Amino acid sequence: MTNVSIMTFNILSILPILILSGFGMIVLLVDVLSSRRLGEKNLLAYISLIGIILAAIFARSPAGTTLFSFNESFAIDNYSLFFNFIFLLSTGLTILISHSYIKREEINHGEYYALILFSTIGMMLMAAGADLLNIFIGLEVMSISIYILTGFKRSKLISNEASLKYFLLGAFATGFLLYGISLVYGSTGAINLKQIASFIASKGGISDPVLLMGMGLIIIGLGFKVASVPFHAWVPDVYEGAPTAITAFMSVGPKAAGFAAFLRILITAFGSAHDEWQKIIYILAILTMTTGNVIAIAQTNIKRMLAYSSIAHAGYLLIALVSANDMGVSGTLFYMLAYTFMNIGAFAIVIVLSRKGDEFIQINDYAGLGFKHPLLALAMTLFMFSMAGVPPTAGFVGKFYIFSAAIKSGYIGLAVIGVINSVISVYYYLRITVIMYMKEPTREFAPLTISPLIVAAIAISVIGTLHLGIFPSKVMEIAQQATLMLK
Amino acid sequence: MITITHYLVLSAILFTVGVIGVLIRRNAIIIFMCIELMLNAVNLSFVACAHYLNSMQGQLFVFFTMTVAAAEAAVGLAIIVAVFRNKETINIDDINIMKW
Repeated sequence: MTNVSIMTFNILSILPILILSGFGMIVLLVDVLSSRRLGEKNLLAYISLIGIILAAIFARSPAGTTLFSFNESFAIDNYSLFFNFIFLLSTGLTILISHSYIKREEINHGEYYALILFSTIGMMLMAAGADLLNIFIGLEVMSISIYILTGFKRSKLISNEASLKYFLLGAFATGFLLYGISLVYGSTGAINLKQIASFIASKGGISDPVLLMGMGLIIIGLGFKVASVPFHAWVPDVYEGAPTAITAFMSVGPKAAGFAAFLRILITAFGSAHDEWQKIIYILAILTMTTGNVIAIAQTNIKRMLAYSSIAHAGYLLIALVSANDMGVSGTLFYMLAYTFMNIGAFAIVIVLSRKGDEFIQINDYAGLGFKHPLLALAMTLFMFSMAGVPPTAGFVGKFYIFSAAIKSGYIGLAVIGVINSVISVYYYLRITVIMYMKEPTREFAPLTISPLIVAAIAISVIGTLHLGIFPSKVMEIAQQATLMLK
Repeated sequence: MITITHYLVLSAILFTVGVIGVLIRRNAIIIFMCIELMLNAVNLSFVACAHYLNSMQGQLFVFFTMTVAAAEAAVGLAIIVAVFRNKETINIDDINIMKW
């Protein structure tokens, strides 16, 4: 029998998570105690933002080492810290872009902010989880909150439908993940990633078919969360039906959390069985990139197009996972940060242009935007260029690191397919730019009601995209320190 | 003599029944029940392994799985009710306003 020692509990190590859960509950309480007028709910957005900033301030890691706490089930290191910042950033930006959107859509309930905070807690648990139990709990805390947020427009059938699809497929994938965990546990006798790693190393690789199947099922479960093909069927529908601000949130946060867990499980626990999982991820990466990019070309709805583009981006990140070297891990961290800025920025512009009862999400609606609202069009162009990977934007640098990681590990073919895919993606990203600047408006643009918070979100995204594109070295250095912890 | 293999085979059968149910049934609640069956198959396998390995971790895991399943049930049924209010059906073939 294993004994759990109380001495290994280190409350301070999970301080950011405690702060966020505290603020989530404060948001709920303030919502109940304050009067029912909708105007009062500005306060809730500010309380959530304060919580996020406090959590970011108290997110610390011991320099150069990994701090294990809670009986080695929780790893505080530069890796989880970097991901925590990505999560907090994406949550902060989501709250900035949500504020005016949920008022306009009349879904301005206090639970909205609380659920976003709770889902961030789940992501932070996943990134810091050093055993499969913690990763599983984090995944579920994150997913269940997002199932609700997806269906937040309760009276709209499209939102209900998205929520139901996401929930049924998400729970189905959870079943596979869990079964995988139970098989890994059964054959190695451990749920701690380090212990699984030492078990596999002592056997000199995976020969046990049960363990191999367990690993495969875990890959299926996490592949679903990061939206890789062939587990991507839910993505376009859910992204289209969810409230736009939530679409922005779930295209960034859960994907980052999924990759955080993916990298930690595959590299830390199954590192010595590298050859076995590499082949699977290799095929997944090619399928994911190609399917995402090719189907995105045919889309006429901008939310669906961004959904397929997010599938394609998951494919690029899977390339980094296949190469599984330090550069691949730091490339993933960098790319995820860049993707946070550019994707939330693009969705922020979709939100600014939409109005109540008229989502304004057909790509042709953007015709003539360049003349009518030049600044918004310029920002949108920047985000599209960044997603396509045009220098000097963050997306270019991120792709550059990922493809060089693949070449460094000897996967030249994979890097070539990645580059071909980015060329394909240029077509549909630049089409939006072309439509904005070179077509006559097909319909009237209503006067915009722009709140200062969403302007702040767009400004932060623009600055982030450009800064990471022009001066990537500082952030890359931090990302490289984060990878040292993983092994 | 009932060995660990029996439990694991039973768990695999239950899991497969759950998966097939999810794939072929059309009522959202039945699909959800099949997902619960999958989770319980996993629980069985955890408990059997924990007993066989003489380790507590598997049994611990089962408690968390059950908690998560309960939370999922609460949220899932709420979502199904919300769909039913707007659409008056929970047959997933009819819930198809979005198609690629």
